[in-house]
Parts: sequence; C-alpha cells; structure tokens
Amino acid sequence: MKAAPPSASAAAELAVQARDAATRREGYWAGVRKRLARDPVTIACGVILLAMLAAIVFAPLLAPHDPYAGSMLRRLRPIGTPGYLLGTDELGRDMLTRLLYGGRLSWFMGITPVVLAFVIGTLLGLLAGFVGGGVNMLIMRATDVFYAFPSVLLAIAISGALGAGTMNAILSLTLVFIPPIIRVAESVTTGVRTLDFVEAARASGAGPFAIIRVHILGNVLGPIFVYATSLISVSMILASGLSFLGLGVTPPEPEWGLMLNTLRTAIYVNPGVAMLPGACIFATSLCFNLLSDGLRQAMDVRA
Amino acid sequence: MLLYLLRRLLYTVPIALSVGLVCFLLVHIAPGDPINAIVPADAPQELVEQIRRDYGLDRPLPIQFAVWLGKVAGGDFGNSLATGRPVWADLSVAIGNTLRLALVAALIGFLLGTALGGLAGVFQGSWIDKAAVALAVAGVSVPHYWLGMVLVVIFSVQLNWLPAMGAGPGGSSDWAWDAEHIRHLILPAVTLSVIPMGIVTRTVRGIVAEILNQDFVQTLRAKGLSGRRVCFHVVKNAAPNSIAVMGLQLGYLLGGSILVETVFSWPGTGLLLNNAIFQRDLPVLQATILVLAMFFVVLNLVVDLVQTAIDPRIRRG
Repeated sequence: MKAAPPSASAAAELAVQARDAATRREGYWAGVRKRLARDPVTIACGVILLAMLAAIVFAPLLAPHDPYAGSMLRRLRPIGTPGYLLGTDELGRDMLTRLLYGGRLSWFMGITPVVLAFVIGTLLGLLAGFVGGGVNMLIMRATDVFYAFPSVLLAIAISGALGAGTMNAILSLTLVFIPPIIRVAESVTTGVRTLDFVEAARASGAGPFAIIRVHILGNVLGPIFVYATSLISVSMILASGLSFLGLGVTPPEPEWGLMLNTLRTAIYVNPGVAMLPGACIFATSLCFNLLSDGLRQAMDVRA
Repeated sequence: MLLYLLRRLLYTVPIALSVGLVCFLLVHIAPGDPINAIVPADAPQELVEQIRRDYGLDRPLPIQFAVWLGKVAGGDFGNSLATGRPVWADLSVAIGNTLRLALVAALIGFLLGTALGGLAGVFQGSWIDKAAVALAVAGVSVPHYWLGMVLVVIFSVQLNWLPAMGAGPGGSSDWAWDAEHIRHLILPAVTLSVIPMGIVTRTVRGIVAEILNQDFVQTLRAKGLSGRRVCFHVVKNAAPNSIAVMGLQLGYLLGGSILVETVFSWPGTGLLLNNAIFQRDLPVLQATILVLAMFFVVLNLVVDLVQTAIDPRIRRG
C-alpha cells in the first residue's frame, strides 16, 4: 500500500491536532459545567448566595424600617411580631432591616481581604516562583514568619494594635491571607516553570511576561481561585469575629458579628432573636465552603 | 537523625526571632506615640522626655528591639499599663487556663474526628460517610463564638444543666479537677472542639481512603491477613500526616480560643487579650501574642520531629 503524500499527511495531522486542541479546550469547561450540573448541593449553594447578595444589595428597597431608628417601647420583640417579622433588637430596631443592612458590611469585610490577598499573593507568588533564587528565598522566608502565628491570633494581634475600625480589620485579615496564597501560587509556578512547554516557549523567543501570561497564569489561577473561595468562609467568620470582639465595625453600624455581640445579653430574654445574626454568618460561611468544595471537584484541581 | 534534629532546631531560631520582631513591632504599628500609652496626655513635657529616656524609647528601633529581646529572654515582660502589675503574673495564670481548655477541646475534637474520619474513609459512600462529611463541613463553617451562645441558650438557659460562664464556682480562677470545675469546662471545650473535629474528620477520611486504594492493602488481604491486621497497617500509614494536621490544629486552638473565651468569660489568654485591647494595654497585648506564638513555633517543631520519627521519608529542610 502506497503511503499518502507527505504534505497531505502533515495537513491531516495538523487538522487532527487542531481538532484535539479544540475539543480539549471546550472539553475542559464543558466538563466543568457538566460536573457542576450534576451537583445539586453546589448549585443550591450558588443560588442561595446569589439570593443573599441580591437581598443585601437591594436592602434599601427591601427593608421595611430604618436600620438606625429604635424605640425603647418595643425592645426585643420575638420573631413573628406583626410589622417586625424577625422581631426587634435590644434598642428596639427592626431585626430584618438590620440583618439586611448588616449583611452589606459582613460580606464586604469578608470578601475584600480575600480579593486583596488574591491579587497581592498571586503577584508575589508568581514573582517568587518565576524568578527563583534570592527573590524566592526572600519572599518565602517572609511568609514562613507569618506561618509561625495561628491565623486567628495574627488577625487579632494586628487589629488589636491598630485599634477598632472596618479598614483596620480588612487590613489585618488581608495580611493573614496573603502568605497561604503566596505558597499556593509559588508551588504551582515552580512546578510549571521547568516543564517542557515553557522551555519551548522561551526557546521560540517568548519574553517572561508573555510566558507568565500565556503559560503560567492559566495553570496557577485555577488552584488559587479555588483556594481563595475556600478562604472566603474563614474570612467571613474571622471578620465578624473581629467585630464581635469590638475590633471591627463600631456601633451603631449594623454588622452581623457586632449585632451578635450586642445581643449577647438578650439570650435570657429572647434567645431566638439573639441567635439570628450568627445564623446568617453560619449560612453564608457554609454555602461558601460547599461552593468551594464543589468547584474544586468540578474543576479538578488540588489546592 | 541527630543531624536532622540539629538542623531543624537551628531553623527554628530565625523563625522564633522573627516572631519576636513581629510582636515587638506590634507596639510600633499602633497609632500614636507609644509614650502616650504610658503617661497621661496632660503630663508636663520634661516628665514625658524623662520617661521616654527611662523606657529607652528615644533610642533607635534596632537597639530597642535588642534590649526588649534580652528582657523577654530573661522572663521580664514589663508591667501592665492598666494594673501596674508584672505582665507575667497575670499571663502565667491565663496561659494555664487556656492550655487546659485547648487540650481538652483538642482531645474531644481529635477523638471524634479520627473516629468519624476513619469510619467515613472505610465505608465510603455509605450513610455514615455522608453524615461525617456533613458534620465536618458544618464544623469548619460554624462561627464558633455563635455556637457557644447557642449551647449556652440550650444547656444553661433552657435546660439549666451547665453553667454559662467562668471557670469555677463564684468566678474563681483556681483550678481543680473536681466535678464543679469540670462542669464549667464542658461547654467551652465542646464549642472549641468543633473546628479540629471538622478538619481532622476531613483529613483522616481522605488519608484512609487513599491508603485503602493502594496496592499494598490488596496484597495484605491477598496474603490472608485478618481485617484487624490490615487495619494496623492502615493506621501506621495514616498516622504521620494525621498527627501533623492535629498538631497544627492544637496550635490554632490557642488562637481560636480567644473568641470562645470571650463568650464564656473563661479566664484565659483570650480574656486577658480582650481586656488589654480595650484598655490599650500594649505590654500585655505584646506579651500574650508572643507567648502564644512561641507555643505554636515549638508545637510545629515537635510535630515535625514526631512525624519524622514515625516516618523517616518525611524530612523538612
């Protein structure tokens, strides 16, 4: 049997390669979507989180009362009071309204540190992994120091020294989350940097920025993204925890952790109402955790 | 092994020093002149300068750090600004209480987590696996300060079974292992144990499942080993990594107990720290953080050494 002309065979091979590449790229995201679609828990958590986000964004439209207007005449009404669906707090303010408004600060303080740490940590991790040598040494030894503190302790230490305030709390949490993100980014970058396809790219004249943008980011972002979503849950708990300690948001601003703290004395009078802000933190944190687990499985990354 | 031990010990020195540096700098990142924390705002200028010199606050930072380090190494943490008493006097009592709480919580969390994780890993996909996974996710997602309040509402307010706060009858802080003190310990310890429980369950489940999938387990079974003997091999292989995770968790409990101690008014480092923050008592804040972080550094060292002793393949440089 006569072999096909070389040119035709090469073209066929190229076509096959192109098709493979196309299906592979489509295949990955299609696979992720398919796996997600078969995972009702993750979908449900995503829907719940979106609903919560919508509720707190549109709080001014949804809230039945003024979040700051209280009355000594209607303090600590139980859940289900007509006109005050979720009761009232220790100063007679409507709980539903304050929970809606409180979610804004709780979400903001929970998510902002993770986003900031994601950006800064990824940059430093890429730098450490890609440049290597002394730069790597410097960055990684600095993260080691932060790893020598339990994370809650470090957050409280920095917040405690800086004093109460939303921005101080965000700053301290950002500092706590940067080191673990650097570690993930650095280890993935170091692993990818020496692979053949990066060598090939360099040999064919690609500059460092092109290599990072095209070849390394694609590999690094997935694991860090999944890792960062799992941090949101911790961050929400810690941010509200700082407010609970009096280190974050200051009264009368509504925030779930702070509300939980000011309602502590109410557990003898009206435990149902006193438990509500914590239940909100729990629900949010649980959904973010389950969402993160689902994404990790669907995207098939180990982080 | 001896060489490794030495190297690992040497590696701990710069870490411990940097931890000291961070704690030292805590006072200096605090807003305002640190002198304002010592003297009242309306003190005459000469007195302020006098005190500044006495405290060595006029000298360059590196020298201040060296002096501070020398004092701390000698066990002198300075005096509390709020009470005037030596920091160490209050801190040593508080650390005892925190360690007691953290150790009991760790014991509960590790035992439950190992049992749940082990069962979940062996019977993957069964109802017990699903229950363990659900419990583990709930454990790591729950704001433990809130859980503490829920437990107080149920067991103290509604059922009136257990005391809601303090470490002993009448707010005493002298500890004894008697029924009354243990009753005070139950709620905070259970509250604190949910996080390590969740994480240990997840970890042990993953490790056990991975080991059971390996070829050598099949070989052991094929050799005719009984279930118990196979179990022994699985435990031996799962132990190093599980112990590492548990060691770290014990360390995290030292930090995590701050919030739980606040909820239960447990007279430990958390309460001390909380008071120090509100009175802006920076020496107490600094010393407490330093001692807790040092515990964590030593714990990390011990975990590494134990892990290496069990499984010589693991060696960290």
